[in-house]
Amino acid sequence: MNLALPILVPVLPALGAAAGLATGRRYPGLARPLAVLPVAVSAVLALVTALQLGTGTTLDAATRLAPTGGPEISLALHLDGFSSLISVLVGLVATCVQVYSTAYLKDDPRYPSYAALVSLFTAAMFLVVYSGDLIVLLVGWEVMGICSYFLIGHHWEGADARAASLKAFLVTKLGDVPFLFGLFLLGADAGSFRITEVLHTAATGGLQHPTLIALLLLAGVAGKSAQFPLHTWLPDAMAGPTPVSALIHAATMVAAGIYLVARLLPVFLLSSAALLVLAVMAAVTMVGSALCALAQDDLKRVLAYSTVGQLGYMAGALASGDRQAAVFHLVAHGAFKALLFLTAGVVIHAAHTNSISAMSRIDGLRRRVPDAYWTMGIGLVALVGLPPFAGFFSKESVLTAAEHAAHGEALTGHLGPASAVPAAAGWTVLVAGLVTALLTAAYATRLWLVAFHAKPVAPADADAPYSPEVDEADPAHDEPAAMRWTLWVLAVPSMGFGLLGLRSEWLPRLLDGAPLRPGLETVVLGTGAALAGIVIAYAAWRAASARAADGQPATDPGRLLLGPLHGPAQHGFGVDRLYSALFVRPTAAAAKLVRFLDRAVVETYVRGAGAAPGWIGRAVRFAQTGNAQGYLSALLAGAVLLAVLVAVGS
Amino acid sequence: MHLAYPAVLAVLLFSVGVYGVLARRNVILVLMSVELMLNAVNLNLVAFDVWLRDALHAGQALTLFTITIAAAEIGLGLAIVLLVYRTRRTAAVDEVTALGDRHEAADDHAKEQAAA
Amino acid sequence: MSTLLAAAGSLEPAARSYLSPTGQEIVFLLVGVLVLGAAVVSVTTRQLVHAALWLVVALGGLAVEFLLLTAEFVAWVQVLVYLGSVVVLVLFGLMLTRAPIGRSPEADSGNRPAALAVGAASAATLVTLVVDAFRSSWIDLSGAAGTTRLTGEYLFSHWVLPFEALSVLLLAALVGAIVLSRSKDGGTDARPRAGKLRTGRPSAAPTKPKER
Repeated sequence: MNLALPILVPVLPALGAAAGLATGRRYPGLARPLAVLPVAVSAVLALVTALQLGTGTTLDAATRLAPTGGPEISLALHLDGFSSLISVLVGLVATCVQVYSTAYLKDDPRYPSYAALVSLFTAAMFLVVYSGDLIVLLVGWEVMGICSYFLIGHHWEGADARAASLKAFLVTKLGDVPFLFGLFLLGADAGSFRITEVLHTAATGGLQHPTLIALLLLAGVAGKSAQFPLHTWLPDAMAGPTPVSALIHAATMVAAGIYLVARLLPVFLLSSAALLVLAVMAAVTMVGSALCALAQDDLKRVLAYSTVGQLGYMAGALASGDRQAAVFHLVAHGAFKALLFLTAGVVIHAAHTNSISAMSRIDGLRRRVPDAYWTMGIGLVALVGLPPFAGFFSKESVLTAAEHAAHGEALTGHLGPASAVPAAAGWTVLVAGLVTALLTAAYATRLWLVAFHAKPVAPADADAPYSPEVDEADPAHDEPAAMRWTLWVLAVPSMGFGLLGLRSEWLPRLLDGAPLRPGLETVVLGTGAALAGIVIAYAAWRAASARAADGQPATDPGRLLLGPLHGPAQHGFGVDRLYSALFVRPTAAAAKLVRFLDRAVVETYVRGAGAAPGWIGRAVRFAQTGNAQGYLSALLAGAVLLAVLVAVGS
Repeated sequence: MHLAYPAVLAVLLFSVGVYGVLARRNVILVLMSVELMLNAVNLNLVAFDVWLRDALHAGQALTLFTITIAAAEIGLGLAIVLLVYRTRRTAAVDEVTALGDRHEAADDHAKEQAAA
Repeated sequence: MSTLLAAAGSLEPAARSYLSPTGQEIVFLLVGVLVLGAAVVSVTTRQLVHAALWLVVALGGLAVEFLLLTAEFVAWVQVLVYLGSVVVLVLFGLMLTRAPIGRSPEADSGNRPAALAVGAASAATLVTLVVDAFRSSWIDLSGAAGTTRLTGEYLFSHWVLPFEALSVLLLAALVGAIVLSRSKDGGTDARPRAGKLRTGRPSAAPTKPKER
């Protein structure tokens, strides 16, 4: 097939970003076409590439860069079902986000640079997905890191946006350092950075330190994909514009970590310890984040914690040795989470607040934004995982994988023996997944009911926490079309994508080939948990509304449900505070010490270096009396001295 | 005649002139001391001319030139002294110190003190 | 230095002792002491006008020394130029700067110790050097070396060009002295006429030279 198409996919948005950055200031009119067109063309090209590639085949192409003397680095391309599927998702979401942003950030003075960064972000994700070489993949990985820093800090006028962008950058970098060492170790063990060769080495048992490599790589994955304990940046990243959140949460950045593990799963399968760690990580992440999501008041933070939880599902599937399920859930989640964030953007746009309790006091919000109301419903149902929405099938496939792993017959396909996955990992993921299904249903129901269905008891408070977005729409007008129809574009895969996994000749052919049909027990258990969650949340909401109707202060159903856990959950179980005490404060103290040393010690030398010549100069100035006789005395005395010296010396 | 006599006399005259130049306060007295030094040199020139029996008589010719130049010098010097006296009302060497650094140094120091 | 002395060719064995001076030497020494004494008084006296007068003595004594060294013409030029014009110029300068008549306590500056040290050091160094070098040199004073005729001959046969250049220098010095000593407001032209002043403004203030 033609290699130009897959090469153009990452290159086009990068060129668009460069052009956008170059022309954005002078020709603001060009910013919108330059933002939307390259990304849209890339999405189409990704789709064409995927169709051309077909199912069950892979494409490898490489051109060697300069010889390095060590393991070689090559500009390699690796296309298979996973990469083409994810690239289509990335293209779709990125295009929707760009189109949506044209309306959402219409009046933003920094729109051109914003759009260029989104394009660059997309290009980097394409690069990660298509790359067949770990170092090239790392380039895309790091470019995403820096783009996320800039995009989260888009509203840098606000202190929280600055802090959030810095936090995102530092936390992901904290994971990236061990990740880098893991890559080096992997390359050193395999003798190459080509993924195909690495996998080949792993299959033939050539890797000497699989556990160490897997654990080091897991650190980077935890950073990028926001897994416990490095998940704290993602909820704070809500300070960025909402479309950026959609992009980060759905298609790029967080997906990269899961994708990488899926790609290198044979390496992970060599180490039960790493899989167990991954399983525990995933379990802690999903349960904890679901509890946190139930306690949040900020609409975007609820969605952010739900992303963390869904990423936990994917990590759990990987820990169970089933990368099909992970990628299936990744794509389904990408679709409905992008939809949820974009609808959240519309709702925030209309309600002028992030707070769902403030939204609950707004009369007729649901009639104001009907598109967002319905599509958010679709997205939430997909999130909860009710049949036949996308989330149902993908989540059930994850649970099925966990169940198989728990029985010691993990669905690893041809990647490794089923016994490679410890049963404990399967059990951990399965139990945590079921609990999370219940909690997810609860918080999704709570969000839906509180935001749209509460009876207005009072006009909106003047002191309601306002959204940081600068471009607040006129409430009298509808949201722009670009913000409405993108929702429906994304709603379609949110509803229908899961059905593709039903027959093994559809989606599974594209992946590893194993059927993605959910097992009966998990369907019953998972759907039952979800339904239970919905019912519990509805009951709690009824109780809360009844109490509000009695004149008592309105309470959040989340508060009723969580009880004493509500306070800690609202603050992410104090993880931030713990990190602050453990890392931030010692670092700040060390910085203060360094500052003191710099000011008091180093600067003394610097000042001395300046002051000493000054004092010497001042001393010399005393000789400059202006009295010619003094000068002449010195001159003649010197002459006499020279004469004496010459006379004595000769 | 021993050459040492005029030579030593010239050296002593020159040293007296040096002392006068360095010690006198009035500019005109300084100029007079300069004349003394010039004359010491003249004496040297004449003595060596006679001693060497120079065919061109360079020593004496140079003496004449020196005398001429000294006359020009004293004229110009006195003109400068008068100009200084007119503008500054003084003929004392140690009061004409406008090119000195003392006042600026004090000013700078005061400025730094104010800035600190 | 030894080669220079050898080339001079007038080195004679130490037959001429310093203990048996000739008459010329005695006169030279006496006049030399007078010159030196006058010079010392001239640079140390506290009376400014006296200093100028002692300078006359010193310069006149030097003219006598020139005569003793057979430089006749130079001696007369010395008398004419130095005694006749330079000292007069100096005296005029003293007057024009309103130098105090009588003992002036501020005749010497604060630089005096340094001056004394430098002067003594230079005297010691040079005397040592000169005595060491010319201890045994003898000047043959026979034959007139500086008569007016002889001087005129060499001056206008060998030294014409420097002589003419010197005249230009003198002219330049003259012009320079005039330019320097003219007052800034253009001399008499800028001053108001006396008659006008009397009729226009009775005050005598503007007649003062524009100083300060």
